[in-house]
Amino acid sequence: MDSSTRKRVKMAAALVDEEEELSPDEENEISASEDEEGSDDDRKHTKLLEAISSLGGKRRRMQAERSEASVQVSEFSVNAEGAGEKIQLSDLLGSMEKTPGTANTTKKQLRNLQNSKGTLELPLSRQQTEKIQRGVAYERSSKEVSRWESVIKQNQKAEQIIFPLKQESAGPKRVEQVVAGWKAQTPLEQQIFSLLRSNNQPVTDPVLTPVEEASIKAMSLEEAKIRRAELQKARVLQSYYEAKARREKKIKSKKYHKVQKKAKHKNFLKQFDEMMKTDPAAALEELKKMELSRMEERMSLKHQNSSKWAKTKAIMAKYDDSARKAMQQQLELNKELTQKLVVPSDDDDEGKDDEEEASALPDFVNDPESASGAMNPWMRGRLTAEGHEVTTDPHTMSTEEPARSQEEVEEEEEDEEEQLLVHFETKRKLRQDEEDDLVPVTQEEEEDADGEKTARDGQEEEEEEEEEQEVVSEFNTLFNRLMKNSRTSMEPPPPPGKPARTEEVELEQEEEALLDEGLVRARTMEDLEGLVHDGIAEESVASVPHAASVDAASEPHSRRKKEIDPREVLTKDANVIKVPLAPTLLEGEEEEGSSAQMSIIKEAFAGDDVISDFLKDKKKQEEAGQPKVVDLTLPGWGEWGGVGLKPSRYKRRKFRLKPHPAALRKDQKLPAVIISEKRNSSVALHQVSQLPFPFQNSSQFEVCMRSPVGQTWNTQNSVKKLTAPKVVTRLGSIIEPLRKEDFQPEEKSAEALKKRPQIVLEEKRGKGGRAGGGARRAQRQQQQQKKKKQKTD
Amino acid sequence: MAAPVEEALASTHVEKKKKPPKRYWQEEKNEDDANPDKDKNSEAQKEFSDKKHKERQKKRKSGDGKFISGKTDPFPGEAPVPSEQLKKFQRGKKFQKSKTDKWKAKAIITRSEAESNLVQKEAARYDLLLPEDAGFLEGDEDEDTCTVSQEDIAEAVDITSGAKYFNLHLTQFGPYRLDYSRNGRHLLLGGRRGHVSCIDWQTKNLMCEMNVMETVQDIKWLHTEAMFAVAQKKWLYIYDSKGIELHCIKKFNDVLRMQFLPYHFLLATASATGFLQYLDVSVGKEVAAIGTKSGRLDVMAQNPYNAIIHLGHPNGTVSLWSPNQREPLVKMLCHRGAVRSLAVDKTGTYMVTSGLDRRLAVYDIRAFKPLHKYFLPAGASCLSLSQRGLLSAATGDVVQVYRDVWGGGPISKPYMAHRVRGSVWGVGFCPFEDVLGIGHGEGFTSMIVPGAGEPNFDALEVNPFRSLKQRQEWEVKALLEKVQPDLIGLDPGLLVKVDKASFEQKHKERVEALGYDPLENDKFKPRFKKRGRSAAGAVEKRKKKVAHEDQRDVIRKTVEERMEKEKEKKEIAKQKAEQGRKTALDRFKK
Repeated sequence: MDSSTRKRVKMAAALVDEEEELSPDEENEISASEDEEGSDDDRKHTKLLEAISSLGGKRRRMQAERSEASVQVSEFSVNAEGAGEKIQLSDLLGSMEKTPGTANTTKKQLRNLQNSKGTLELPLSRQQTEKIQRGVAYERSSKEVSRWESVIKQNQKAEQIIFPLKQESAGPKRVEQVVAGWKAQTPLEQQIFSLLRSNNQPVTDPVLTPVEEASIKAMSLEEAKIRRAELQKARVLQSYYEAKARREKKIKSKKYHKVQKKAKHKNFLKQFDEMMKTDPAAALEELKKMELSRMEERMSLKHQNSSKWAKTKAIMAKYDDSARKAMQQQLELNKELTQKLVVPSDDDDEGKDDEEEASALPDFVNDPESASGAMNPWMRGRLTAEGHEVTTDPHTMSTEEPARSQEEVEEEEEDEEEQLLVHFETKRKLRQDEEDDLVPVTQEEEEDADGEKTARDGQEEEEEEEEEQEVVSEFNTLFNRLMKNSRTSMEPPPPPGKPARTEEVELEQEEEALLDEGLVRARTMEDLEGLVHDGIAEESVASVPHAASVDAASEPHSRRKKEIDPREVLTKDANVIKVPLAPTLLEGEEEEGSSAQMSIIKEAFAGDDVISDFLKDKKKQEEAGQPKVVDLTLPGWGEWGGVGLKPSRYKRRKFRLKPHPAALRKDQKLPAVIISEKRNSSVALHQVSQLPFPFQNSSQFEVCMRSPVGQTWNTQNSVKKLTAPKVVTRLGSIIEPLRKEDFQPEEKSAEALKKRPQIVLEEKRGKGGRAGGGARRAQRQQQQQKKKKQKTD
Repeated sequence: MAAPVEEALASTHVEKKKKPPKRYWQEEKNEDDANPDKDKNSEAQKEFSDKKHKERQKKRKSGDGKFISGKTDPFPGEAPVPSEQLKKFQRGKKFQKSKTDKWKAKAIITRSEAESNLVQKEAARYDLLLPEDAGFLEGDEDEDTCTVSQEDIAEAVDITSGAKYFNLHLTQFGPYRLDYSRNGRHLLLGGRRGHVSCIDWQTKNLMCEMNVMETVQDIKWLHTEAMFAVAQKKWLYIYDSKGIELHCIKKFNDVLRMQFLPYHFLLATASATGFLQYLDVSVGKEVAAIGTKSGRLDVMAQNPYNAIIHLGHPNGTVSLWSPNQREPLVKMLCHRGAVRSLAVDKTGTYMVTSGLDRRLAVYDIRAFKPLHKYFLPAGASCLSLSQRGLLSAATGDVVQVYRDVWGGGPISKPYMAHRVRGSVWGVGFCPFEDVLGIGHGEGFTSMIVPGAGEPNFDALEVNPFRSLKQRQEWEVKALLEKVQPDLIGLDPGLLVKVDKASFEQKHKERVEALGYDPLENDKFKPRFKKRGRSAAGAVEKRKKKVAHEDQRDVIRKTVEERMEKEKEKKEIAKQKAEQGRKTALDRFKK
């Protein structure tokens, strides 16, 4: 390919001229042949031709008649006899042989030409030749230009460039560099030099011989050997591994692969079990991964009976029992996988919409169907007057209305238990589902994995055990809460969520005994009203009963909690500090005494109010931050309108634009903190608003900006280094443009060096005059080599 | 670590004569001569030192530790810096490079990494220059340090330190508030009943003393000891160190508490009317006035790390404010009762609050989470944190000082305690001194608290021993380096981050700042024309015409775009179809 094109190029270059000459010849030939016949006919013929050509529209330029000089020249007519015969090369060469002046080489060439039978190739068109020439020129010039690339890149990368670039190197210089024509003159000098010379010592270099320099710079033999061995080993290992993998991949046996897969899976399970014990965090991570894979499978079209296999099975299913079974299994699997979290029915949906106006997203949206069924007041046996209030969160209820009759309380307890049971059931179901889908690989292999099943069963058992434990613990908490509730109904409660020390409790009880009327009132009425007004109670409808606050805190939050339990705020228990000197109150100062009393009263009254106020405030802030639903429904448009008529559900769904949910608040997990979500736009004026050029992401930029430059934070030395200018010019010196010679003089020397090994490991003194050493030099050599290669190509 | 180094020393440096460095013409005999010396050392030691030596060599690439003479450097390369010290000066995390980075960015990053490493190392090395060390009071066995009385301490320590415990009996003008200047040399006292005085408290040199004949709510030094602000009954006043009234600022009324932000030259005041105001003392302008809408503000502290003002409220919340935002940056519920006092530590990491519920809470204000909560039998009225993290809490007439409030586990008893004569009105640790100043009903008490102050000072920053000239120089420099109030925010490192706000958001802010929308195209206003052509109907018609024209333009544009898109689509489809029509035999066509 390559050679042929080159040939073509050559040919093209040579034949461009000939081409032009050739074409008239051909025509001449034709005309000449025609001339042979009678002139009369000829004329007619030409006329005919002319007529035909004029018909075609395109005017063919007729050539003036021409004749060829022939051997016999008739005086009457011009004819070209023998013109039809082709001129052979030998005819021309005949005379050559005889002429003595021609060179032997040309003769030889001509003879060769004569002997060669092959026809010459057609010359390329001008466009093509030009294209090729351009390509060649481009290559050449790009090579030329690319030689500068490395230098330019280096200069761009350089921390600091000092102009002019060529500078005399500092350090010790050889004698002849400094002094031009110096000779040993005094006898002492002469003696010394003769001695040095006789001992074969360098005379001019003050410190080191080149050999020494090189040997210092070069890598030691051992190091190089070790490194080489390491590299070799790594390469070999890699190749082994690759070969093995390739071989295994090639194996066609399905069974083999199945067995392999199973083994892998088993291994994985074992590891996972171990991980559960040793490193629960990692195990959780693994579980998450599995969950993700399950999700992926759900999204993909696997197990949809749409594969080739499934289709063949479907055909076979009529006749084959096992095929039918397999299909059935597959379908079941699919069903399991695609089992969706429930879409609530229409009525529910409407209800939800209504609620959404009050709150952004109630929790039960995420609940499975059975749970929502239990929540639905219509589905539960007991009917009550107030639709929403029925299912109020049990503990808020109990705190709100401690004065309820005992029976009611009991009923509620039952209610609670029921709810809990339902909750557990749903949980169990979910978990079982999860368990089934735990490892997606298992389903594929279920058909033939018997041994594996046992393992899985074991796992299930384990999980069930865990579940039981959980149930027990939850019952415990429930019991505790019940106990607490009963206590709250009996006596004024301590500030909620405060497992306080006994001393403290005593202290508080004393205080409360002093002021207990006020306390009771503040807790019952006001709170209740406030809560009801704010719709807190409504909101808590759907939330599944929490465990007691402490447990809730310790439990991992699987679901987003919308409502903050006031008990969870300010739960830190206080350590009592013993103070050696008790403060003395001066009796003389009555003002202070009264103020102290006031403060005590305030202190007593403060308690819950402060917290609920704060929570209200927080709620308000959260709601303000939530994007609002845009309602574009036009009542009465396309349907009946009027008082008491609502636009239809369909319309409401269609014309209500739901915004994207707002990003999570920063104080999501901090019950006692409100963090403003407003942007600090005043700093934005001073910030970089667009990423500066070479950086690809902001983290890169921030990393480069992280350490300060100023003197306040750095030592003098580092400040100097950090603030050094990128370009330094010497005053008064001429800065000349970069020349080729500045960076390419090494080329020749490098070529010379190329024959030597790149790293000189050990060399005797006498030999190595110019051993190349140092990594930099080697690199340069490599570059040169590359360039050479390119050239030869 | 120390022992092997010494051995190495012995083996190499201690030689009988110091030999000149070996030259190339010298033969190897010299080395052989030197070797027997080494051989005398026990083999094991030599091996050990060799090992160490090799390790060290591996560690440092730069010095290969070989001289021409054949002598080896026992400590090749530069001295190592302990990692703890390095950690102290670490700024940010290292960057994880990825393969997708372009070479230019990569080069810049690697360079900046190298630079920051070098800077860190150098700074850590210079840490050596901080000679002073801090210590604490340590009691005998079964002796509580809190029972040691001030008199005992004053007797035990040297005279100059002993003189730092003193009492000023100022019974007439009743409970005193105090403020130390930033370098800890000067003390400002403000009596409730109008007595204001400033003292160079170490020399006990009275600089000025006066009675402003009004109630004094609070006092504060400004950026130097030449000026101070006094919040009086109605207005805010500024006096110089000789007691001459410089300004009466009537924009700042009913001020109860003040804080001075030294790097921003801002005086933040909290008033009884619920306003938080910022006064730029370098230019005398009010920077911001924010109505907090939370009643009387008599609890205030500043976060020295990010210049955020903390306010305590009667509903138990603490709110964080910056002059750039009209609403609190953060609001956190700290107490069940009102907040009585609060303090923020030097690094801006911890906040200590005390409330009417007699609790003392320690918060981590990076995460806004409580760390510890303590119950004080009488509650703390005044809190103050020292430079080294000691906490002083005043309960009635007793001042307690706590150690390790956040570092270790929960504390159970104070580090020190001292009873003063009257009820405590203000406490403050003196910077760079082991002294706690207590202002109370009967005057002022200076109490010695070992380990309270920072032992080392940066003389370019705050110099306790500076001369007048130095002070003037510093003032100019500080003014030049003044930080704009715009930059105050919860995260002071925000400035080096890229602003990631969307275009819409930025545009919105721009519109807000400018008061109009610069990108909005202006509305067509029909020119007035005579002869009834500017009648209402005609004008309306003209308007409509223009509007239609505009609309047509828009429509034309959209249509064109759509057409182009369709064309492209068609072309693509065509190409695809052509490709699709190809058969296997096409390849034989020519």
